[in-house]
Amino acid sequence: MQLSQSAPERSWNWPAGEFTRVPFAVYTDAEIYALEQKRLFQGPTWNFLGLDIEVPNAGDYKLTHVGDAPVIMVRTREGAVNALLNRCAHKGAVVCYKPRGNVQEFNCVYHNWVYDLGGKLTGVAFKKGVGGKGGVGPEFEPDDHSLRALRVETYKGLVFGSFSDETPPFAEYLGAELLKAIDRVFIKPLKVLGYHSQVLPNNWKLYAENNKDSYHASLLHVFHNTFGVVRPNMGGGIKISPSGWHHLSYTERSAPNDDETGREKVRSLKDQYKLHDPALMEHRLELGDLITNSIQTVFPNLIVQQILNCLAVRQIVPRGLDRAELVWTVLGFADDTPDMVELRLKANNLVGPAGFISMEDGCVGGFVQRAAKADPNAMTIMPMGGKAIEPSQGSRVTEAAVRGFWKAWRSCMHM
Amino acid sequence: MTSRSQKSFEMRVQVEAALAEYMHAIASDRLEEWPSYFIETGRYRVMTRENRDQNLPLCLMICEGHGMMHDRIIALRTANIFEPHVYCHIPGALRITENTLTSVSSESTFVVMRTMSDGATSIFACGRSFDHFVKKDDGLKIADRLVVLDSRQIDTLLVIPI
Repeated sequence: MQLSQSAPERSWNWPAGEFTRVPFAVYTDAEIYALEQKRLFQGPTWNFLGLDIEVPNAGDYKLTHVGDAPVIMVRTREGAVNALLNRCAHKGAVVCYKPRGNVQEFNCVYHNWVYDLGGKLTGVAFKKGVGGKGGVGPEFEPDDHSLRALRVETYKGLVFGSFSDETPPFAEYLGAELLKAIDRVFIKPLKVLGYHSQVLPNNWKLYAENNKDSYHASLLHVFHNTFGVVRPNMGGGIKISPSGWHHLSYTERSAPNDDETGREKVRSLKDQYKLHDPALMEHRLELGDLITNSIQTVFPNLIVQQILNCLAVRQIVPRGLDRAELVWTVLGFADDTPDMVELRLKANNLVGPAGFISMEDGCVGGFVQRAAKADPNAMTIMPMGGKAIEPSQGSRVTEAAVRGFWKAWRSCMHM
Repeated sequence: MTSRSQKSFEMRVQVEAALAEYMHAIASDRLEEWPSYFIETGRYRVMTRENRDQNLPLCLMICEGHGMMHDRIIALRTANIFEPHVYCHIPGALRITENTLTSVSSESTFVVMRTMSDGATSIFACGRSFDHFVKKDDGLKIADRLVVLDSRQIDTLLVIPI
């Protein structure tokens, strides 16, 4: 399928290597969405599936997605984690429809075709027919009809899947510096504190960009600025992977200094807003540094978050052209004391669908989506921090990481 | 009616009335009154059925005490960004699960419809609420309210308490 860019409705001028401008059509064009499934999500990318602690025992599985393709993440009897396309080799029904569980094998309810935990076809009902009549012919080779398996790599308990043999090993994909950023958070065994998801009224990429956009943090999110979680002149910086595809944005604790922000007449700085119960903002240092806020992205679909003591992974699932589900898995460490768990649960008020900080990210994508379709050939602009996709020390007033997202996207999409 | 079933009937009516006042305050945007439906150290939680069924403690919102409740409302009024909307909260089937001299507990199904400023109405949330009231001289006050949403999916965001 080739995108016909000469069609009158697609008349954008998007030179190669241009990452500071993007046509709005990327958010509104149905053909582009379909191509993304094939070229990006099923292309040379590592897609976050889940955590290995979610499938501790042989036969444990969880349903997840790569793009909008349904995938089963399962622990085999040999102890590995497999990822299988959740589609029966026969008529294509989902082989598994309960969101999690433990099974001996996968049994498609439609015609009772059976697969082992590796996806190999081990049973076909009435294979030899009944009473000598019917059944499959002698040319039927069960080994040709396995569930499609993804390549899987696990890093620090994060499980990734790829449909493509071209994807480099995960360590090379992410780069050494950003691997260390994952190491920084995942210092000991984890436990899941719970899940929820936020259904966003926008194309998935608007949320992906939002997480790479450190420019908006102190501007859209009033809470950040007023309570010193993030102010533009705090210490910290942006790190970007060698490919430009992935990033880390972090902020370090320092005394708030109002001068610079005040000059900008920032809407979000409201001195009269004081918390009645500041226990919400208590931060026990546990990761060996003074970083209060750390957001890391792994293209295309994973965000690793540390905000004070609230640790989480966020998975982006496209649900159509103008809809995306953001799945939050909120974490603690397995050895947390009960009052550490209480602290994390309180800190979680800051994030998620009802988050003091995050809720705005739920609606701001929708604000872009509804205006984007007005003129799909017009271009958005991302000039903050120049044109480069480079790390920066100190300043987070940059869109460098967002430009890195578009570099990754254009590369996968061949567009 | 026996005296015992009369008392039980009266308590049921009181609980229904207390929940109705709570819902009307929210529907009428009298959100600053919201903490006053709770005792000073009251607890408010919203969580998903999925988490509750798996014994996972995560809440979407958790307020322990009036201070955190006031902070939720102040943030809503002054800090958070969201499109204006209103709730129509429809209580469902109510059960009284415990009734003592000093407290009463109930469980109720509910549906919340949300209407945006452009007029679009949708089913925003449904599930059950578990309420534990203490019997004060001036009526029932909530000591603990747990709202359990049937869905793990929140449409866009949750800012007005349920």
